[in-house]
Amino acid sequence: MKAVFKHELRNYFHSLTTYVFGAFLLAFVGIGAMIFNLQAAVSNFEYVLEFGSLVFVVIVPILTMRVIAEEKKQKTDQLLYSLPITTVQVVLGKYLALLVLYLIPLAVISVYPFIFAQFGEVYLPTSYGSIFAFFVLGAALIALGTFISSLTDNQGLAAGVGIAVILFNYYSVSLSEYVSATALGSVIALLVIYILLGLLIRYVTGNGSLAYWIAFALSAVTVALFVVNNAAFEGLLPNIMNQLSLFERFTTFVNGIFDVSAIVYYLTVIAFFLFLSVQSLEKRRYN
Amino acid sequence: MISMEHLTKCYGDLLAVDDLSFEINEGHVYGFLGPNGAGKSTTMNIMTGCLSATAGRVSIDGYDIFDSPGEAKRRMGYLPEQPPLYLNETPEEYLRFVGQAKGLKGAELEGQIREVMEQTRIGEVRRRTISALSKGYRQRVGIAQALLGDPRVIILDEPTVGLDPIQIIEIRDLIKQLGKTHTVIFSSHILSEVQAICDRILIINQGKLIAFDTPEGLEKRLLSPSEITLTAEGTEETVRAILADAAHITQMEIREASAERVSVTLKTDLEDIYQLSRQLFFLFADRKTALLEMALKKANLEDIFLELTESTDTATQPEESEAKEA
Repeated sequence: MKAVFKHELRNYFHSLTTYVFGAFLLAFVGIGAMIFNLQAAVSNFEYVLEFGSLVFVVIVPILTMRVIAEEKKQKTDQLLYSLPITTVQVVLGKYLALLVLYLIPLAVISVYPFIFAQFGEVYLPTSYGSIFAFFVLGAALIALGTFISSLTDNQGLAAGVGIAVILFNYYSVSLSEYVSATALGSVIALLVIYILLGLLIRYVTGNGSLAYWIAFALSAVTVALFVVNNAAFEGLLPNIMNQLSLFERFTTFVNGIFDVSAIVYYLTVIAFFLFLSVQSLEKRRYN
Repeated sequence: MISMEHLTKCYGDLLAVDDLSFEINEGHVYGFLGPNGAGKSTTMNIMTGCLSATAGRVSIDGYDIFDSPGEAKRRMGYLPEQPPLYLNETPEEYLRFVGQAKGLKGAELEGQIREVMEQTRIGEVRRRTISALSKGYRQRVGIAQALLGDPRVIILDEPTVGLDPIQIIEIRDLIKQLGKTHTVIFSSHILSEVQAICDRILIINQGKLIAFDTPEGLEKRLLSPSEITLTAEGTEETVRAILADAAHITQMEIREASAERVSVTLKTDLEDIYQLSRQLFFLFADRKTALLEMALKKANLEDIFLELTESTDTATQPEESEAKEA
């Protein structure tokens, strides 16, 4: 794992995307700090982070697009398979390298509240609590991006899909107000989600019948529950969209609450997508 | 040291490797021969843990590649068909990564990197980026990578494909050298290459092992029915008349006949082909007919290869096999 980690890190420092990632993050947060903290003279640094989180939509996919896709393209994944290291070590090594790259601009950002505190009253616990949450939010998105990169050997496609998915996630709370809140609408949406889930399972495991059965079983259970108690489905879809939003949970921190359950949620998301990335790599051995 | 038992691999409906079993012992150069799509790469990928098998077992030094992949992989160095190189790195950086991934550290790592670079003679390009290197050098960097960690078995998948003749010779020499200190398995569809470097040959076709022998053994096995081609002075009738007296001729074919010269190809059921040539010499001498030329045809690997692969193909029999250099 250490070898992969060091190798990735060195590679990233030789590539432009890393610097683009860092520069964009710093520029965006810098602009935010100027607007909120300097011009509007607000002492809450966490607002800046909330504003800055939008930049993840673009920079996370740019950072993560090549992480596994490029290995497949160059056929260097064969080297990784033949080396005496496991795919778990490969994925963890790569992921930790990405986190380190993310921590560097974040370390610079961490200085800002401290500087502002020299010139006025800044409530530092909220600022640093939010910075920590900002780190974990980014880490979750990077795990998502890593998984998307593992699905293809085309960097551009990985970036495109990544941007679309993160953008959807960013706006899912706003969008949830527009989707159907009726029970029937929720059931239909769930069925569509099951089909997509089935397709994903089939793609990742290469096992068609497993995917169909899971999708079918979930659909059957959902329809049965709908028949028995359709009130439970009332407003379910907007609810799910709210729940899935990674960004929504971040606003809790901005509002000055250190929400441990949100941290657990982010960690779960990280573990989930890293697990899927490992499976996606393993799948190539079993196709 | 490597044993493969009933290995089978299916891609959907396609049977790529079909119940393959063999045993590989220490200290030889093994040639893995077969036409394109015979299952060579698939077999090698499974041996090195890059691919799963549908059924069967592969173990190296008693370590199963599926149950204890770490231990098994440590004993093997693998160069896939397309050398897995990070093009933006230098050979030195690349080898350092591979060495670290193989668990080497500090002075041992640096020492081994220097050693394999010397062995594969890539020292002079060690600070250039791999993307700027020629195909021959890239192939060597790939081999150097396989040598790190001092594995007992080196597995090379078509290491000479796409190289120019000089590079091919260099790589072959390198493989021969490696064969002195390691067990080497390499695949190829070029017969002369396998004949030149290997002391054991495995021929596979359509996922099945169809021959496993030394080059000499293979030739011996398929030497009969033996052939003699001769050219004699005289008309077709005289030659036919002389040959009518000869014993043990199973088949006769006039290849060329003019007023002065006749060329004939003869096949015999004799074990020792020299018995036939001796008999022919005296028959022609007795009739005062000059034998202008007499050639014994020994089967070469090319014929064996074609014969073995074609006969499993149920395809049409090969034409008079005129050895074409690949």
